[in-house]
Amino acid sequence: MAEKLIKPEELAQGIKHTTPGGDWRDEKTELKRGCFNYGAQPSSTKYLGLPNVRKWQPMHDDWQLPENWKEIIIKGLADRLKRFRSLQVFMDICVRCGACADKCHFYIGSGDPKNMPVMRAELLRSIYRNDFTAAGKILGSIAGGRKLTVDVIKEWFYYFYQCTECRRCSVFCPYGIDTAEITMIGRELLNLLGLDIDWISTPAANCFRTGNHLGVQPHGFKDSVDFAVDDLEENTGVRVEAPINKKGAEVLFVVPSADYFGDPHYFGFLGYLALFHEIGLDYTLSAFASEGGNFGLFHSNEMMKRLNGKIYAEAKRLGVKWIIGAECGHMWRVLHQYMDTMNGPADFLEVPRSPITGTVFENAKTTRMVHICEFTADLIKHNKIKLDPNRNNHWKTTFHDSCNTSRAMGLLDEPRYILNKVCNHFYEMPENTIREQTFCCGSGSGIGTDENLEMRMRGGLPRANAVKYVHEKHGVNLLSCICAIDKATLPPLLEYWVPGVEVAALHELVGNALVMTGEKDRTTDLRGQEFVNNGKEGSEDV
Amino acid sequence: MHVLSSMFIVIFLMAVVFIGAGVLKWQYLFGVIIPYISIAVFVLGVIMRVLKWAGAPVPFRIPTTCGQQKSLSWIKQNKLEAPFTFWQVVARMFMEVFFFRSLFRNTKAELHEGKNLVYGSDKWLWAAGLAFHYSFLIIILRHFRFFTEPALFFIEPIQALDGFFQIGVPELYLTSIILIGAVTFLFLRRIMIPQVRYISLPADYFPLYVIFSIAATGICMRHFYKVDIVYVKQMVTGLLTLNPVVPEGIGSVFYIHLFLVCFLLAYFPYSKLMHFAGVFFSPTRNLANNNRAKRHINPWNPKVKTHTYEEWEDEFREVMKDAGMPLEKE
Repeated sequence: MAEKLIKPEELAQGIKHTTPGGDWRDEKTELKRGCFNYGAQPSSTKYLGLPNVRKWQPMHDDWQLPENWKEIIIKGLADRLKRFRSLQVFMDICVRCGACADKCHFYIGSGDPKNMPVMRAELLRSIYRNDFTAAGKILGSIAGGRKLTVDVIKEWFYYFYQCTECRRCSVFCPYGIDTAEITMIGRELLNLLGLDIDWISTPAANCFRTGNHLGVQPHGFKDSVDFAVDDLEENTGVRVEAPINKKGAEVLFVVPSADYFGDPHYFGFLGYLALFHEIGLDYTLSAFASEGGNFGLFHSNEMMKRLNGKIYAEAKRLGVKWIIGAECGHMWRVLHQYMDTMNGPADFLEVPRSPITGTVFENAKTTRMVHICEFTADLIKHNKIKLDPNRNNHWKTTFHDSCNTSRAMGLLDEPRYILNKVCNHFYEMPENTIREQTFCCGSGSGIGTDENLEMRMRGGLPRANAVKYVHEKHGVNLLSCICAIDKATLPPLLEYWVPGVEVAALHELVGNALVMTGEKDRTTDLRGQEFVNNGKEGSEDV
Repeated sequence: MHVLSSMFIVIFLMAVVFIGAGVLKWQYLFGVIIPYISIAVFVLGVIMRVLKWAGAPVPFRIPTTCGQQKSLSWIKQNKLEAPFTFWQVVARMFMEVFFFRSLFRNTKAELHEGKNLVYGSDKWLWAAGLAFHYSFLIIILRHFRFFTEPALFFIEPIQALDGFFQIGVPELYLTSIILIGAVTFLFLRRIMIPQVRYISLPADYFPLYVIFSIAATGICMRHFYKVDIVYVKQMVTGLLTLNPVVPEGIGSVFYIHLFLVCFLLAYFPYSKLMHFAGVFFSPTRNLANNNRAKRHINPWNPKVKTHTYEEWEDEFREVMKDAGMPLEKE
């Protein structure tokens, strides 16, 4: 499956930030192996009721577009121009100043000028100008337009799936032009022709059917949670309860499915279970809403709504008071920016109030959904849990802000507050690479597949480079983060660029440090690794 | 190619005026008809463009948060970069519009020795952009002395400040130099930085040429090829009071200057220059980051096909029963 990948040094040496002469509109884009994703399985697109279901792959010459494809695109674009002010404004006001150019991790790591955010938008803008503006209709190419051809569609496919919708460019744009918006709409247009990629469609279809991306059925979900409960008992000596579909619980807890299946996410899941048990939170998991992550975000706003809908539906059915959402980037982008608009009002829920501290989460007054980091930070601030940071002494940690929680939410200080309380060694990466300027893992927005590995390693270069800096300077050996895609895709990235740095959920470190009532003499962390100087012989460095 | 083609268009335009107003003496056309048309095109065009934007809904609340959100009471919110209230949004927009806040953040990324990424502050574009826009604004305000009798209150102080160094007679305005300098910088950066050259279209060079030419002809009239201010003022006040007159004896340089201004005005609503209005409409900047606290309405919120709990339980009832999970229907 995986494409052959060259050595890191070789890849890095080959990056040239140069541009070809001449007009970009005259160049034909070649789809390079290792830099695109495979087409969707017909079974998935059919299940979701998507258009133009067929067996299709991007490397084939004939993409089997519907006969009236041009009409579909033009109509689709016209429709979206009417529905999205962002699109209309972003099409019109870019001055091509270039401030965004070197802000994109894909441009930095590939040197391909069409990965400059401004160019990615121009791919769509050139068609907009040609077919939707007076100047373009009269002057055509001089006005910056170009004709819509199959090659344009292929170029869109290639580059709109080389954007992780991370919004870093938008931070620097003087007009706030957000390439994520362009990419999202570009993908919606491609999907109208049936140009879906499998790593989005199949998880979306799974999620629609079973409740989670992995297609885990309810009993499998239960098995997995039970297994975690056993694991945790073995590690801590404490038997916790992890209720599923429990009616009348106070809180519904929604996690990304990777948390109870993937590694290293799973250790963070153990951390949640330990924490909720220790504070005695009355909560439930749901097998129906067994996924907070939302691959619909990478497909279309309709798909996002379809997949998101089950969270409120389930909260209503179970009669909970409010909802906590676990560590997950895209999930939180949807929960924070879209959920209430799409599937609200959540008037059947109550304004979240921590039963442990009494804190009312004013910032979640209408969605009634609280981020686990907000919840945990509040607990720590109120001294409701006992923590022994020495138990994380074997880790020298740094923190990776995920794109979505930072640039689409502003959740920056809560995780840092937690981190500073649960471990003794925390080092920030350089300031141009953290907080709102954080670099993407390079594999977000549904493009974290093996066939796309080269592009992922390229896109992740800036992130890895910043990790390498603290790895070499401070001996950092753990990158903590609060995003499921990060946890899935950063390990191979770091293995490629910075061997010797592991990836962990923030709540794994919480789980390690958490002193539980009635726990046994703990000698290992949640991964089963021996504690080093776990407080008994004193801290290793002063 | 784009660099030259747009330059030729501007030269062509200037030649047209030179022949039209200077040689053929169609001064009524260039001094009265075209200014009126261009102002009408500008005003109507801008209004129509703005209405078009305003007519498109903002379905989702999508601010780009560039700082700490408002959350727990003891965590310090960054009110400017993650505004929560209307007035915080106003403050954010103020910083964007008057000080180009986002551009101020600009950095430059460089790959050293083929593997180490280095980021440095890069404020040249910000500085040039700010210099360009503010000197342009002051020059426009200065021009009010041609439009009003008596001169408006702010004109004296602006002129005095602008001519502070009293170089030459009449004294050289600083803003004239700054504008020319900034436009030249913006132009040079466009042709000298390969990435910026690659993304540049004729529509990017064209306004720079036009503005440069307007500034150059303006300076020319003040310092070298003097025009009779009394006639010019007569003409402009005539235009403004809707009693157009075309005094004899105004040279072609003035007509070229005036025509390019008119051309720029008419070109404005159909070009990227609309960023001046568009920045106010950008949903990533003009929305408060209170998404979870305040409900936002999407006027076209689509009805979608969902998978209900009942359907889901119907499909998985047997396996759930076997696993001892709670069910709605046995």
